[in-house]
Amino acid sequence: MAKRIEVSGLHAYYGGVHAIEDISMTVEPRSVTAFIGPSGCGKSTFLRTLNRMHEVIPGARVEGKVMLDDEDLYASSVDPVAVRRVVGMVFQRPNPFPTMSIYDNVAAGLKLNGVRRKSQLDEIVESSLQGANLWNEVKDRLGKPGAGLSGGQQQRLCIARAIAVQPQVLLMDEPCSALDPISTLAIEDLIGKLKSQYTIVIVTHNMQQAARVSDRTAFFNIAGTGKPGKLIEIDDTSKIFTNPEQKATEDYITGRFG
Amino acid sequence: MSSETGVEAAAATRRRTPSLRMSTGRAGDKIFVSAARGSGLTVLAIMAAIAVFLVWKAIPALQDNKANFLTAEEWNPNAVPPRFGIAQLAFGTIVSSLLAMLIATPVAVGIALFISFYSSRKLASVLGYVVDLLAAVPSIVYGLWGLIFLSKHMEGISKFLNSVLGWIPLFGGDSPGKNSIFTAGVVLAIMILPIISSITREVFLQVPRANVEAALALGATRWEMIRLSVLPYGRSGMIGASMLGLGRAMGETIAVAMVLTFVPGINVHILENGGSTFASNIANSFSEASETGRGALIASGLVLFVITLLVNMAARAVVARRKEFV
Amino acid sequence: MTSLTTPKGAGLSSVSTGRKIKDKLVQGFVYLAFVLALVPLLSVLWTVVSNGVARLDPTFFQFSMNGVSGKDPGGGAYHAIIGTLEQVLICSVIAVPIAVLTAIYLVEYAGNGRLGKVVSFFVDVMTGIPSIVAGLFVLALWLLTFGFEFSGFAGALALTILMIPTVVRATEEMLKLVPNDLREASYALGVPRWRTVCFVILPTAMTGIVTGIMLAVARVMGETAPLLLTIFFTKAINTDPFSGPQGSLPTFIWEQAADPNQNSIDRAWTGALVLIAIIMLLNLAARLVARRSAPVSR
Repeated sequence: MAKRIEVSGLHAYYGGVHAIEDISMTVEPRSVTAFIGPSGCGKSTFLRTLNRMHEVIPGARVEGKVMLDDEDLYASSVDPVAVRRVVGMVFQRPNPFPTMSIYDNVAAGLKLNGVRRKSQLDEIVESSLQGANLWNEVKDRLGKPGAGLSGGQQQRLCIARAIAVQPQVLLMDEPCSALDPISTLAIEDLIGKLKSQYTIVIVTHNMQQAARVSDRTAFFNIAGTGKPGKLIEIDDTSKIFTNPEQKATEDYITGRFG
Repeated sequence: MSSETGVEAAAATRRRTPSLRMSTGRAGDKIFVSAARGSGLTVLAIMAAIAVFLVWKAIPALQDNKANFLTAEEWNPNAVPPRFGIAQLAFGTIVSSLLAMLIATPVAVGIALFISFYSSRKLASVLGYVVDLLAAVPSIVYGLWGLIFLSKHMEGISKFLNSVLGWIPLFGGDSPGKNSIFTAGVVLAIMILPIISSITREVFLQVPRANVEAALALGATRWEMIRLSVLPYGRSGMIGASMLGLGRAMGETIAVAMVLTFVPGINVHILENGGSTFASNIANSFSEASETGRGALIASGLVLFVITLLVNMAARAVVARRKEFV
Repeated sequence: MTSLTTPKGAGLSSVSTGRKIKDKLVQGFVYLAFVLALVPLLSVLWTVVSNGVARLDPTFFQFSMNGVSGKDPGGGAYHAIIGTLEQVLICSVIAVPIAVLTAIYLVEYAGNGRLGKVVSFFVDVMTGIPSIVAGLFVLALWLLTFGFEFSGFAGALALTILMIPTVVRATEEMLKLVPNDLREASYALGVPRWRTVCFVILPTAMTGIVTGIMLAVARVMGETAPLLLTIFFTKAINTDPFSGPQGSLPTFIWEQAADPNQNSIDRAWTGALVLIAIIMLLNLAARLVARRSAPVSR
């Protein structure tokens, strides 16, 4: 159920600010693609254009094409709500619904999509929590509030919530930056397991993490403050970290910059 | 934040005290802090004085009263012997303000949602200003408008409601009119709309962006996002806001006094002319009140004071509870 | 997990019609709510303006109602406008220092202390006092206990009670916006605390406080209920706020509206128009002050 993403000529704006400029790339299915680059280079903004979350910010807009297999996400007939249903997202800070139980958090997206049967819900909630490596830790307290879990558990709950609706693509916006090393490891393990079924895109500012979890890596950079962010290069992770094409990538990787 | 400031500032002062040539500054400090604290105490003194003087001036009238103050429907404190009770006033006050709250709350929440989630940022600030304007119109103007303009149009609506919903006692009666508790409730609803919507809006503004995005990223429509993220978070705030509106409606005087025509006795048919509230009764009967009459009005005002106090305190407590979530 | 079928189709335009309809319905309701709020506002403004212009003539501003009965044409609100201005002025002179000092106490001095919490709580309580109760209180204290007569000053006292909490809250908010660095910078220079408050903190917050005061003035200016019990009624000009019944715009409207004669009703509308105009001007001015220099940035 994983799909390929093909981006061409994509620009994103916040009001009058040109945030990212002319990005084209292909994201392969059943693999992990990491976005790296200095702060403010537009990697998170770009990630958010892939499920049309960018435009929920007032004044924000996007130009260009994002093809998910053969459908353009930005075609006029496409409903952004449907896009987000197919392209799931996990955020920087774990954001379970604070008033809902663990069970209801995972079931939230399913209920929106009209799954009402208790048995089916139970089944999917369990499989999603197992898929997120969280089932064993929470199976005895599914009725407790999701906000009561630890940070790492909350993030895995959010991943379970995202995969419960069985998306084609999973976007992760620095999913470990608010977590301790042990929780980070748990999430990285999980990403390795999920890539057999999903197209995964992960934004990270941690280069070791990109090297550990990803198959391909894209490096973004910015020419200066106020300038739009750009894609410098994208290639196999091993190539980017050992023998990048661009000087800027090498500088960034080796820490000579940023 | 204020508390922190105070503490740090206090520490700063202490740190400085050993200096030898600070005496003038310290004298100034002493005078200034006394003035500030004195003002704070003045506020407390005023509140205490309100309670004390209302009770004190109500007692003689209550002692002369030959009717049951709590259950009697009549209001004849100027008669010999004086007979007055608050039953009708309490009924009118509670029914008209509850009605106002029921009408205003959904509309106010709708406005708050509109401003927070449905309009562009530029439009939102204009709309916020419009709601503020609604709040700035004085009650005497609403009263005049209600008396001369709105009540004309309310007659038809009342007749319609009476013919369709007449089987409900509240909307029953033979002669739906224009100067009814129902009309008063509508005017009150307009008047409390701004306070409910502005507090609700404040609560909505505090809904964490992360929760909103969580719902949207899950493929929620705008309404589903509101249902998943905004309403659960803002629920206690909305309840508190509508209770504050209720308190406001209960104490509202002039608009109600202008709209209602006085007919003695409790009438549960709220579409019919008549009815009276604590506040409107005070405004209407004051100029002809004898000494006992004034005492009686003060006694009824005391009851109003206590009721609004309780409602407001409860509302504040509910609004404050939402902080638990964060 | 793969064994489960995807719930509903997974195409890009597959949001179910039921969900779409519900979303649109709510959107419709939200838009309707807004229209519902606009209707009374526009209706009030329109009726006041269209009915009020009839008597918006020089006479209205030059004469009182002395010797004019309900059915007579002519007559004016001179006595009422004078009364309102004097009462609101006196009220502000009393309320503003108390309120601003109270806010300073709460923000700068009270800290976590018991007294601060109690004062803050009762300021909240005071916000909820019905205006008629404020009038009753002044009646009970000033007129019935101390034996003073109805006067503009008594009315101002009642308005003071309504004004204090609004100004305290507005000032508090502005003082809290003043960054702590500024306080510390001043202390570090060895400036005594009271001078820091008066010459560093207050000026920084000043425009915000002025805005708050103007809005509070606009609010009490329209209060009617407490005035009925404290300034009573007069048709004649009384420029002395300390003795005898005085007029005011709100009570003028109340009196004129109670008379069924069309000439009276016309005067009531014009009174309402003048009152609204003054209040809206104050609101507008307050907004301009607020915009001209936002209190602090960062």
